[in-house]
Amino acid sequence: MDKQIRMKAENVDFYYGKTHALKKINMDIYANQVTAIIGPSGCGKSTFIRLLNRMNELIPHSIFSGRVFLDCNNIFSPVVDPVEIRRRIGMVFQKPNPFPKSIFENIAYGLQVNGIKDKSFIEHKVVESLKKAALWAEVEKRLHASALALSGGQQQRLCIARALAVEPEVILFDEPCASLDPISTAKIEELILELKKSYTIVIVTHNMQQAARVSDYTAFFLLGELIEFDKTQNIFTAPKDKRTEAYITGRFG
Amino acid sequence: MRKEITQKIGFSLLFLCMAITIFFLAAIIYFVAARGIKIISWEFLLQAPRDGMTKGGVAPAIVGTFYLALGAIVFSLPLGLACAIYLCEYSPKGFIVNIIRISINNLAGVPSVVFGLFGLAIFVKFFGFGISILSGSLSLAILALPIIISAAQEALLAVPQSIREASLALGATKWQTIKKVVLPTALPGILTGVILSIGRVAGETAPILFTAAAFYLKGYPRSIFSEVMALPYHIYALMTEGAHPNEQTAIAYGCSLILLLLVLFVSFVAIVIRQKQRSLSHG
Repeated sequence: MDKQIRMKAENVDFYYGKTHALKKINMDIYANQVTAIIGPSGCGKSTFIRLLNRMNELIPHSIFSGRVFLDCNNIFSPVVDPVEIRRRIGMVFQKPNPFPKSIFENIAYGLQVNGIKDKSFIEHKVVESLKKAALWAEVEKRLHASALALSGGQQQRLCIARALAVEPEVILFDEPCASLDPISTAKIEELILELKKSYTIVIVTHNMQQAARVSDYTAFFLLGELIEFDKTQNIFTAPKDKRTEAYITGRFG
Repeated sequence: MRKEITQKIGFSLLFLCMAITIFFLAAIIYFVAARGIKIISWEFLLQAPRDGMTKGGVAPAIVGTFYLALGAIVFSLPLGLACAIYLCEYSPKGFIVNIIRISINNLAGVPSVVFGLFGLAIFVKFFGFGISILSGSLSLAILALPIIISAAQEALLAVPQSIREASLALGATKWQTIKKVVLPTALPGILTGVILSIGRVAGETAPILFTAAAFYLKGYPRSIFSEVMALPYHIYALMTEGAHPNEQTAIAYGCSLILLLLVLFVSFVAIVIRQKQRSLSHG
């Protein structure tokens, strides 16, 4: 493990009301690598990924303790603005959630809310982001059509393009293929492998084959605890913990 | 076999109820239209009343109703919308907000004559606006508030949480998210509330009874501090005052028809706007 650390979770605890959703999580996320988080439903993997860009604090009655670093800065420090953190750490959600606006406006939105007014720059960015998200060829002739007219897989790539436009350093994928067909899923996976050259990627997935295909590191969560974290190859061929082995061989979950 | 019969009886009952409802609706429109159409002419629409309310038109009342409804929406839309945004997006969920919600719903149930009395005491007397378009609009605005608030709240709650999250995840602030994503998405629903309240407000008599309306005025209102004629009040006055009941009744039907058409027209415009917005957002 000689890679550069981009993000680091230190003694992270999280409660929803009285439910102890995350228990003393310590984990490193390496730069320009894909880190997969696997585990059965309710194990805390979505909770964890949503902590990484401070989306969880929008939930009432939640309590957080611990520290999460992005390039050595604690993103939960009181002087840090969560809005700026969310700009630097992008997120793609489980269900494609484009805005009910045009394809162009969907991508321009993130730039506009971050104070960019230069029209030609925005146009340039929209095209660039759509190309990076491998969607350009399919939509170049209908940039001003509603984003809701796209197929589910296209919508999800639009959401990825939208996230790329604001130039994040890290991109979080929360089960991005959960509602997609196998062909769309393959396209997204291909895209993730391409994107890791420029971005640090964390992906939550229910699909172990997907974790094996796209990730360099895998973390196995169970009942709010991080059971095992290692190179993906090691997790899938030589897991150290019995529970990890049981999960990846399909004995539960 | 028995199941099928039960089902058929069920459907027939539902159909019957629907038919009765449609019947009353159609009957009202037919009744008013058949009697009103006889009296409606360009003169009726464009001129002021003459000869002790038996001749001429009702143009000042049409204009007056327009001013009152417009004034009511100008006051109640921003206030109601702001209130709905606060309740849905900002206020902490809990006991106090529930109390506020219940109060707003109760406000919708207050008899409209009470708003009239309240308007008389507060706007006419206390603030000294006198019997005027301003006092009438404000009284009507209070009546429209709960309708607009609950429609706007419903529309805001119907905006999926997922697109709020999408906006926040891009580094938008909460206010940017509300302004640029939530409100535009909720707009069709909010417009529905506005349509409903315009219809209510244009047809209300009691709130303007003591605050704005006059039976007969020479000429058109000059400012928001003028008294004003209004269609619903004009109908009421025609049927209860004056010395020529037959002619006046005929004019009252004419007024009713105009009021109906006015409300239908407003609804139609708003529905067109709504459809446009919908087709934009659903591709």
